[in-house]
Amino acid sequence: MPEGLIFDLKKYAINDGPGIRTTVFFKGCPLRCRWCHNPEGQSFAPEIMIRPSRCLSDCSECVAACPEGAIVKTAGVPVLDRPRCNACGKCADVCPAQAIERVGRRLSAAQLLREIEKDRIFQEESGGGVTFSGGEPLSQPDFLSEILEQCRKKEIHTTVDTCGFAPADVLERIAEKTDLILFDLKAIDEKKHIAFTGKSNRLILENLKRLAAKGKKVVVRIPIVPGVNDDEENILGTAEFLRSLGTISEISLLPYHKLGRDKYRGLEKKADDDDFTPPSAERLERIKKDLEDCGFRVSLGE
Amino acid sequence: MNERIKKLREKTLKAEPSITAERALLLTDFYKKNASATLSWPMKRALAFRHVLEHKTLFIDEGELIVGERGTGPKSTPTFPELNIHSLLDLDILDSRPKISFKVDRETRKSYEQEIIPFWQGQTIREKIFAEMDAEWKDAYNAGVFTEFMEQRAPGHTVLDDKIYKKGFMDFQADIRKTIGSLDFRTDPEAFQKKEELEAMSVAADALVRYAERHAEKARELAAREKDPQRKAEFERIAEVCSFVPKNAPRNFWEALQYYWFVHLGVITELNTWDSFNPGRLDQHLYPFYKKGLEDGTLTEEKARELLQAFWIKFNNQPAPPKVGVTAEESGTYTDFCLINVGGVKKDGSDAVNDLSFLILDVIEEMRLLQPSSMVQISKKTPDRFLRRALRIVKTGFGQPSIFNTDAIIQEMIRQGKSLEDARLGGASGCVEAGIFGKENYNLTGYFNLPKVLEITLHNGVDPKTGKRIGLETGDPAGFASYEELFAAFRRQVNHFIDIKIKGNSIIERIYAEYMPTPFLSLLIDDCIVRGKDYHNGGARYNTSYIQGVGVGTMTDALTAIKYNVYDQKTLTMPELLDALESDFAGREALRQRLINKTPKYGNDDDYADEVMVSIFELYHDAVNGRPNAKGGTYRINLLPTTVHVYFGKVTGALPDGRKAAEPLSEGVSPVQGSDRHGPTAVIKSVAKMDHLRTGGTLLNQKFTPQLLSTEEGMGKLAHLVRSYFKLDGHHIQFNVVTAETLRKAQKDPGKYRDLIVRVAGYSDYFVDLGPELQEEIIRRTEHASF
Repeated sequence: MPEGLIFDLKKYAINDGPGIRTTVFFKGCPLRCRWCHNPEGQSFAPEIMIRPSRCLSDCSECVAACPEGAIVKTAGVPVLDRPRCNACGKCADVCPAQAIERVGRRLSAAQLLREIEKDRIFQEESGGGVTFSGGEPLSQPDFLSEILEQCRKKEIHTTVDTCGFAPADVLERIAEKTDLILFDLKAIDEKKHIAFTGKSNRLILENLKRLAAKGKKVVVRIPIVPGVNDDEENILGTAEFLRSLGTISEISLLPYHKLGRDKYRGLEKKADDDDFTPPSAERLERIKKDLEDCGFRVSLGE
Repeated sequence: MNERIKKLREKTLKAEPSITAERALLLTDFYKKNASATLSWPMKRALAFRHVLEHKTLFIDEGELIVGERGTGPKSTPTFPELNIHSLLDLDILDSRPKISFKVDRETRKSYEQEIIPFWQGQTIREKIFAEMDAEWKDAYNAGVFTEFMEQRAPGHTVLDDKIYKKGFMDFQADIRKTIGSLDFRTDPEAFQKKEELEAMSVAADALVRYAERHAEKARELAAREKDPQRKAEFERIAEVCSFVPKNAPRNFWEALQYYWFVHLGVITELNTWDSFNPGRLDQHLYPFYKKGLEDGTLTEEKARELLQAFWIKFNNQPAPPKVGVTAEESGTYTDFCLINVGGVKKDGSDAVNDLSFLILDVIEEMRLLQPSSMVQISKKTPDRFLRRALRIVKTGFGQPSIFNTDAIIQEMIRQGKSLEDARLGGASGCVEAGIFGKENYNLTGYFNLPKVLEITLHNGVDPKTGKRIGLETGDPAGFASYEELFAAFRRQVNHFIDIKIKGNSIIERIYAEYMPTPFLSLLIDDCIVRGKDYHNGGARYNTSYIQGVGVGTMTDALTAIKYNVYDQKTLTMPELLDALESDFAGREALRQRLINKTPKYGNDDDYADEVMVSIFELYHDAVNGRPNAKGGTYRINLLPTTVHVYFGKVTGALPDGRKAAEPLSEGVSPVQGSDRHGPTAVIKSVAKMDHLRTGGTLLNQKFTPQLLSTEEGMGKLAHLVRSYFKLDGHHIQFNVVTAETLRKAQKDPGKYRDLIVRVAGYSDYFVDLGPELQEEIIRRTEHASF
């Protein structure tokens, strides 16, 4: 039985598909979007996240617990020698104040299903279900496939939220087992896509075409990052491409925000979004209107 | 809102609460002149009531349509010296205290000094009660193990049904004569007492009719002097209405509202009743008049709206009479808990929502007043449109209406042995208390501090605050070999204190039955007339007493922390823990944080903690439920706190869940503030693991940021959240929709945020009127930020 690596599980998720949902965040992603607000979802390995403000000044249990001797306390906060750290998580286990957290836990599909089923009553009442997001769920195809099958057996509505960057056969296999796909389209121009996400969008666009050709229920999600993809050229180009597919009718816009900043600090990763600002309400409305004029149903997500 | 209502609304918002000595002086005067040894208590109380209504100042404000004030004008508040006499010091404190103050002018103070205090000192119910309580009771009360609801307000927790819309007071008097006529003095040894009680009821009925007629006379005088023809016509109409009701059954919408209002004033003038009377299912009672008026063209939707708004303002003009001592701490608010019910089901079980239900929701939204409080009853048959309409008001962030599960209320009532039809016509009142409207005396007797009892258990029966032994010697906890032994000791202590509380209650219930009958209220509650018995003496069809459990969340986390860390994981010894509690975690912050962060907590859908919660629920239920009260009825439990969780927190030391000494306890059935970390669905799952149907009400408070409700879709999902909780038999849920940032601003600049109303605990209150601890707590309550 494959195990999955999950970095978060959010209940009462109300922006990731129909109804009240439980959203499962898969750890690891092939893209490196500069606006990414889930930096802990990028690496395919568990990581140690530190929130110095929570650290207790007269406590050094983490220092004592680390088998690698990779933690020292300097100026009242734990400092981690990351190259020596293997993210075993012993420091997080002993930290009383949750100043140190191990991000990423491995669990079986059966364990995950138990968590998902806890909110069954809300899912059924609201026509909701579970959404697999990330990171990139398609990067853990065997585990994803397994959990999708188990959900289908239990008649739980499933949604997969993907960046679309996955081998075609993987995508097709998963699509067959999923009720709804949320498909992210970040930029229609290939050069721009490479510049801002680190990867070409060719495979992504091909994959979306494939899904559309099969008539799969897909909602396209566009993160709106001013200066990157909020220009008319990108919006109309995206609309043009989607219209050519024939079966896509719904778009969800996700305005860029800076709420992930603390997480970058906690992972000691450098956020690369200094030059970005959240879009104005007027800009969002304009884009929404433009896309509606092209015949799409457009919603604003979060 | 039209100009008239706008002006009246501004006036009620600006009016400063004040004390009027008028009622106290009239009562003193009456008692002095009526010292006859052969005057029965019911008759004495009825005649006193008549004396007050006959002589009290009348007040008809500019532009008013619904008339009558309890005091001498808006927010002028009478006192009830027969229950509790305010000392001069009390008056000075009331006049000057920063929160929930009441202005006391020199004249009032002088009347107290010269007339009221000299007469009533030593004669009050409050003094009688404290004199009757034994040492055990006093020790527990002083330690903050429980509070006593009846020590300065009367047990009046009840709500009106539809009877006044069908019968006038002349009809009630005919009913009274009928019962008197059927009394059999040869076989019924109580026949004479019944006759005295019934005759007293009749005097009380006359008194209210006469009081209404005085308003009619005054309106006629005003009409005669009025130059403006429109206002003149209004005065004439007011005069016509007041001379017709409450004498006769109302003929139209206006008369129905005015009738209720006179009845309301009667109840809250006769005695200072807890959880002030309210009309209950207002949309149901008024709908026939509304429909008829629209059909025959005598009423328009706009006129109905205006009359309802005018009616709303009357409630806001009546602050709860000033409380002192512990009672002021357990219920520090101007609100008098008039909870108007909208929605629900009809007698036949069908959906009761009608056009007027929606109109009333409009009124609630537009008026945005502290009083009356409002709630919607949601049954599985209630249309989503109605629930969503209510949630759109909730979204505006003033804490109303709160949301109740009709199907749960009905099952709770049936389990208590009430009839299905009575249950369907009932609802909730006060904060969250389920009851049969018009037919039940469901009295809250006091709050019970569960965490304090744990603290006493952990000290082998001693209250560590005073060093005094007030509980049983259940053993040194360091010697308990298992969690079960600790739990058994806790159970013995809870039973011990509940015994003390119930013994005290029985005495107090009889004190009210003997010395403070309430013939006017008895007119209104079935089956007092038929039985010839007073409301306080088992006259009501159903007689239920409650002891309200407080601190379920804190209690659960505290016991869970011991179970997990001391007995299961064995990472901590009992002496270590007790030592840390003793020092209020001084120098033990790491331990405290571990108890907070690394221990299972209630509110996260974690069975480990939730099973402990269920065991506490069962323990408390078993300690109270089913015991007989002194009115021929039964004890039940409910779980709600008003503001007592702050007071109970103050008297309770550090606890094993990491809570420091004196911090507030958790409120209602909500998790400990900030310990629910998995969002509202996990909270609901945890809370629903207790059997709400075996209570008479539970209170769940959820704080939401407005972002979660910013779209219609978000609103729809919130409606699903509510429905899911109700499917799980949840009793009540309320939402605080406000940002912490706004609250911080209000703390800094109260003047600018005068109208900021937040949900406290079963009721709403002005944020700036709350004490600092409570303000902090409201801010701390977990914000379920959008994910």
